[in-house]
Amino acid sequence: MRIRAWYAGAIALAAGMVAATAAVGQDAASTAQEIEKYRQALQDGNPAELWEARGEGLWKKPAGPKNASLEKCDLGLGPGVVKGAYAQLPRYFADVDRVMDLETRLAHCRVTLHGLTPAQATARPFGSPDNRSDNDALVAWVTSESKGATMNVPSAHAKEKEAFALGEKIFYFRGGPYDFSCATCHAADNTRIRLQDLPNLTKQAGAQLAYTTWPAYRVSQGELRTFQWRLNDCFRQQRFPELGFASDASIALTAFLARNANGAEFKAPTIKR
Amino acid sequence: MADPMRIRAAVDAGGVTEVKVLMSHEMETGQRRDAAGALVPAWFIQNVTATHAGKTVLSAQWGPAIAKNPFLSFRFKGAQKGDKVQVTWVDNRGDKRTDEATIA
Repeated sequence: MRIRAWYAGAIALAAGMVAATAAVGQDAASTAQEIEKYRQALQDGNPAELWEARGEGLWKKPAGPKNASLEKCDLGLGPGVVKGAYAQLPRYFADVDRVMDLETRLAHCRVTLHGLTPAQATARPFGSPDNRSDNDALVAWVTSESKGATMNVPSAHAKEKEAFALGEKIFYFRGGPYDFSCATCHAADNTRIRLQDLPNLTKQAGAQLAYTTWPAYRVSQGELRTFQWRLNDCFRQQRFPELGFASDASIALTAFLARNANGAEFKAPTIKR
Repeated sequence: MADPMRIRAAVDAGGVTEVKVLMSHEMETGQRRDAAGALVPAWFIQNVTATHAGKTVLSAQWGPAIAKNPFLSFRFKGAQKGDKVQVTWVDNRGDKRTDEATIA
């Protein structure tokens, strides 16, 4: 009698497990929905605004050996035009005869306008709690001025085409101890790392979703993270050699991803877990 | 010197003012250890007060369980559009910051 009861229990348990397995597909969708709800709940008090405010101050305040502000910095739409500028970057700049992304351009302006050396201008690309980065703050402010703009990265110039092609090559390039490429994680639908959905960056919808939501305030790090940081950390995660800040490779990869996002509304700075 | 707060305040048709405050603060719990294994001393906002027309409309005592760069939202009655609302925080080091916003 006792044995039979035990059997019945075991069968009930096994049935429960089957039911649980069937529910996994649904759970994945609802997990993503719950994470999305969490992001929306936080969006209202996004601490990225603190970086934006500091960045605006840094943009307007005279600094450096030349004691000049960055207000004459040309981000592609003319000197001092910030509104909507980020939605059209990276792009070719005739004055330096190369393609630059926002962070490279900001470093360039800090050299030409502030009078810093290139090494000083890129000395602290990413901030930490006890070591704040001016780059983070400036990026936060400039990108916030493109909120609502439509992504429209130009591709007319030969060097812009070259950067895009190089970026595409890097995206599919496999290497490192894990034989990883960006495409290993970002070229299939409905994949994830732990609980985070991985966008399929080879499709327009995925590229748009990903690119237009960076930079972002990362709650888990308590810092605002820029797109250069995102790429830098992706390289670390795939065990590649460190991606040089404002390097041609980083600009090319940014150009590739940014142009794939063309047509979408820019939404950053956002908040992410 | 701490960074300024970001304060937004708006009064609705029913006369209720909603205030949203974003503060820049490390909010160190005192439980964390640094790379050398030494405790990172606690450092957090202890008191928050909000005043409108000389009257305190919110008074709060905070502890180390509040997140870094805290966001505070609250409502009160009795303010008009164009009035000012002040928010002050004081942390456990005695550092303080006051900022003000005009009610929209």
